[in-house]
Amino acid sequence: MFLQVRELTKVFSTRHGPLLVLENINLSVAQGEFVCAVGASGSGKSTLLRQIAGLDQPTRGGVWIDGQRVTGPGADRGMVFQHYTLYPWMTVQQNVEFGLKLQGVPKRERRERARYYLQMVGLSHFTQALPRQLSGGMKQRVAIARALATEPRLLLLDEPFGALDLHTREMMHEFMLDLWQRMGLTVFMITHDVEEAVFLSTRIFALSARPGRIVREITVNLPDRSQGVMATKRHPRFHDYRDELVMLLRQTGQAAQRRAMAMAA
Amino acid sequence: MTPDPTSPQMTPRRLPKPSLQPSVFWRLAEDIPAPLYRRLMLVSVLVPLVAWWLLTTFGQVDAKFLPSPGQVATAALRLGQSGELWQDTWASLQRVGIGFGLSVLVAVPVGVLMGCFQSLRALGEPLFGLMRYMPAPAFIPLLILYLGIDEAPKIALIFIGTFFYNALMVMDTVKFVPKELIEATYMLGGNRINTVLKVVCPHILPGILDTCRINLAGAWQLVIVAELVAATEGLGRRISLAGRFLRTDEIFVGLIVIGLIGLGLDLFFQYLVRVTCRWAQPE
Ligand SMILES: Nc1ncnc2c1ncn2[C@@H]1O[C@H](COP(=O)(O)OP(=O)(O)O)[C@@H](O)[C@H]1O
Ligand SMILES: [Mg+2]
Repeated sequence: MFLQVRELTKVFSTRHGPLLVLENINLSVAQGEFVCAVGASGSGKSTLLRQIAGLDQPTRGGVWIDGQRVTGPGADRGMVFQHYTLYPWMTVQQNVEFGLKLQGVPKRERRERARYYLQMVGLSHFTQALPRQLSGGMKQRVAIARALATEPRLLLLDEPFGALDLHTREMMHEFMLDLWQRMGLTVFMITHDVEEAVFLSTRIFALSARPGRIVREITVNLPDRSQGVMATKRHPRFHDYRDELVMLLRQTGQAAQRRAMAMAA
Repeated sequence: MTPDPTSPQMTPRRLPKPSLQPSVFWRLAEDIPAPLYRRLMLVSVLVPLVAWWLLTTFGQVDAKFLPSPGQVATAALRLGQSGELWQDTWASLQRVGIGFGLSVLVAVPVGVLMGCFQSLRALGEPLFGLMRYMPAPAFIPLLILYLGIDEAPKIALIFIGTFFYNALMVMDTVKFVPKELIEATYMLGGNRINTVLKVVCPHILPGILDTCRINLAGAWQLVIVAELVAATEGLGRRISLAGRFLRTDEIFVGLIVIGLIGLGLDLFFQYLVRVTCRWAQPE
């Protein structure tokens, strides 16, 4: 397996004592897969992604990519954050070039590669715009182009469409699916949006609420999704997957609430 | 049962008085029309000027206490023509330029490093915080003792008086760099040096310029203080000399020139922020 998370446990030390956020997470992702982890907010999704990114170190267990243990962040993993993280003083073009610049790629190659990825995300006409002139969806497409420009082997997405309105979000889903197919990407995405997960993924891991544990793994088998969101969402199996996940998250949420109330009592 | 049209519920009730009355002048945290804004600014300059003129023309005020605008203008002309005014202005500006320039040159890297690395902040902040509250003019006797009475103690005074403010304020600007922007840079392959130089520094540039703008006012005050104590030329020296000979009109000239230069420098820095950091301007 390409990405492996083994027996990963994360405990934060807080003012109120240790906080168990992730418990014994085991998962793997093969090259070319689009895998989602879904969970309620606060279930430790971002924490999990940060361990894979190397932005934080697990308390126990670890993350391996291609057999190599992850010990820190690096450009071999591209990451797109939930909040807009474009450099506000750089143009769109400069933003996308920045990772290549850090790697010392010569100017001409840098420019061509940035152009290529901006074309891939459909923003060829906005190369000279500043981030603040773009809409939310466009900003995230630039962020995706920036993450792809250094040609990472794994794309990590932390609820990248969470801040977008429904219409834009669905457009971005179609865009993301198309990009994944065209470029043969390997994607690990986290989200609280069950429909988003079902529409995009080949496989889904469901995380329980507090502490985050993998409570189910679902392999998604839907017909050709390039027909678009509307067509796919009408498919009966889409509803089955969605309902299964919604029920699951609701159950784990209620269980977590009962535990919390028992603790408080 | 049909509702009775004469029942109290059906009679149209008067709307209560709205809790927020419309207003142009009292718009809270909102822009007022540009022409009104300009007119109000004009008023703020003209009212004191006219009051001054009225007081000196129709009031029975001794010119030794309050010279008229005309007398002050004449004195300015006199000092300008003799070249003394330019000499004094240039001397003061030079001291501020060197003292404040050195202060910024050292304080910006120190402030950036303290803002970026908590370890360095722990090393620097207690001392800096303490030094900041020691009034710089209180150092004058020491500076004269150590550095004599030439330019050095005056420049040192400006340096001491602005360095700690500059460093601590630059340090604070780093707080506003979103953590995710730094992490995004790590994920693009950036190391710490790259991240500080290419992400933190550009992000805080408007904040640095603003810090300079604010603390320049302090530097401008300190140079006058230094010159009041000991100097052969400078605007502060001009004022203290004029005071000794009861040339109130020249005191006024000195004060007005100091104010205008300060205002000019302030506007210059505002302009600098506007042209270098377009991205940070409101739309
Ligand atoms: N650095 C940290 N220190 C302490 N607690 C943290 C830290 N980061 C996250 N947490 C806690 O861990 C839990 C999970 O957070 P997060 O991974 O952001 O959840 P999600 O992304 O699923 O909404 C939350 O309760 C949050 O308060
Ligand atoms: Mg999150």
